[in-house]
Amino acid sequence: MQNMLTLISNVFRLGNASKNVGARMVASTRSFADFTPQASFDIKKCELHRLEEGPSETAVLTREQGLQYYRTMQTMRRMELKADQLYKQKIIRGFCHLYDGQEACAMGIEAGINPTDHLITAYRAHGYTFTRGVSVREILAELTGRRGGVAKGKGGSMHMYAKHFYGGNGIVGAQVPLGAGVALACQYQGNNQVCVALYGDGAANQGQIFESFNMAALWKLPCIFICENNKFGMGTSVERSSASTDYFKRGDYIPGIKVDGMDVLCVREAIKFAADYCRAGKGPIVMELETYRYHGHSMSDPGVSYRSREEIQEVRSKSDPITMLKERMLSNNMASVEEIKEIDVEIRKVIEDAAQFAISDPEPPLDELCNHIFANNPPMEVRGTNPWVKLKSVS
Amino acid sequence: MASIRCFLRSGKSAVSVVLRREFSKTSPAAVQVNVRDALNQAMDEELERDERVFLLGEEVAQYDGAYKVSRGLWKKYGDKRIIDTPITEMGFAGIAVGAAFAGLRPICEFMTWNFSMQAIDQVINSAAKTYYMSAGAQPVPIVFRGPNGSSAGVAAQHSQCFAAWYGHCPGLKVISPWSAEDARGLLKAAIRDNNPVVFLENELMYGVPFDLSEEVMHKDFVLPIGKAKVERQGTHITLVSHSRCVGFCLDAAAVLAKEGVECEVSVVL
Repeated sequence: MQNMLTLISNVFRLGNASKNVGARMVASTRSFADFTPQASFDIKKCELHRLEEGPSETAVLTREQGLQYYRTMQTMRRMELKADQLYKQKIIRGFCHLYDGQEACAMGIEAGINPTDHLITAYRAHGYTFTRGVSVREILAELTGRRGGVAKGKGGSMHMYAKHFYGGNGIVGAQVPLGAGVALACQYQGNNQVCVALYGDGAANQGQIFESFNMAALWKLPCIFICENNKFGMGTSVERSSASTDYFKRGDYIPGIKVDGMDVLCVREAIKFAADYCRAGKGPIVMELETYRYHGHSMSDPGVSYRSREEIQEVRSKSDPITMLKERMLSNNMASVEEIKEIDVEIRKVIEDAAQFAISDPEPPLDELCNHIFANNPPMEVRGTNPWVKLKSVS
Repeated sequence: MASIRCFLRSGKSAVSVVLRREFSKTSPAAVQVNVRDALNQAMDEELERDERVFLLGEEVAQYDGAYKVSRGLWKKYGDKRIIDTPITEMGFAGIAVGAAFAGLRPICEFMTWNFSMQAIDQVINSAAKTYYMSAGAQPVPIVFRGPNGSSAGVAAQHSQCFAAWYGHCPGLKVISPWSAEDARGLLKAAIRDNNPVVFLENELMYGVPFDLSEEVMHKDFVLPIGKAKVERQGTHITLVSHSRCVGFCLDAAAVLAKEGVECEVSVVL
């Protein structure tokens, strides 16, 4: 009886605790006393560099958490597939770099840090924009360039921002010194927060990343540098781009951890370990998440000229992060098939509604073209394309 | 007499009208201050006023500044607020911009603006464009400063003027002062401004003394960014300049005055 009450109260609590807009907890018709409230899973041991001890090799997952992770990852997946569809219909234009396949990275990281911690990533940012609190509606509307988008239609796919989320950065590698700078601010302000600075295997050879490693280690900045290694930098495989593909060791004097990026629990435990390490004032840490992207580099890349369809299919069938989580929950009696199906149906509806909004919302008006050039400035006039055209600019 | 206008492009972003701010006054001089000390005092006062302000760059702390502009600041404020960086411009400029994202108000010193070319991506793409791309969600209150333009025989790689390059970028405020009063007032304004500011100094001006009135020496003396000023009144011809060349214009005006030509010297800041 006590168990059933706990589970029922968990149902209602999840509805409030869930960070994602539009998430609802549906009461399954099956009796809650049947479900296991939590289970412990053995996760892959992480390879370590300059560390005596690493992240925990077991992870405890509660039913609540499992459903939340599933819901978040499935939402990310469906959102990216919807973006793919809208791009092919030419409703989304410009750049569109999709994140499907890598959901466990974004979800695991968010699960292991606090909302008050900071995060910055490169251009494959839709997943992180979602986990950092922006609704699917605002993300899709930003992709379609409408005024209801999170950046009012002026940023697009690569430039979405939220509280303690600094984008979305188009220049490969530039986000890493920025992330180290955010970590400097955390240290300066003494607020016990950390900054997660992400980059890809393609960016991992950038000089400015090593400059950031040096200063972060020198000043013991609370920065977690994470390399999302999805095996390809655009069309170049890691073997063809990097003399050393041990990205977690590239920090040299900075300790490193290699993590299975397809397992959300592995990522979560690793990030928890790293965040504790940084908060203790021991300095930065480097993590490599081994992951995979199903789509090509961007929507203009079919993704099959530099890798085989069989390879993509194999990863999908053997290591898909969402399937892995689902199977864990089902086989441990932490959820039912019907329940998962209901969540899928709800998510589909959320995505559909968001897409409808993204298609029907009007574009920003032309007279807002030159707004937001400067902050806190009185309104001014801006030179147009010729000396006789003046445009208005408001802060 | 036909007016011949000499325009020296000073690189102003998004300002189409040059306004006359004031005429240069010879008010009772409270004290003689050179440009270096004016900048030093401006930074000192702003560091004291707002604890989010900090200075980073090569040799700014223990060396007292490559050109001694930050003399005494490290002794007064310590390691937390005056930070010596390794010789990694792209890295530390990016770190400065990131710190600005997260709520601090950095002053990023480039030993000379020539080295800013290594970090120009961070100045333009990370600092200048972010407020626009985020539709106003992410301001970047940063000041990049350092000596710009010609020096004394340092060869081509160390003598470039970046006024035109940076002046063409929307989202950046570009300042290139001449006198100590302008340097002081504008640096204080730049530090208090919530936008990325490129502050172009000149090494050969650092040692030049100017008379500063009591009003100018007040700790809240700030000048408006984007307004030009007339240094010398005249009626026959206008000479427009910025930074060190203003001095040459004034010298030229003095020579021409002997021949009866009165030059107006305008400074675009």
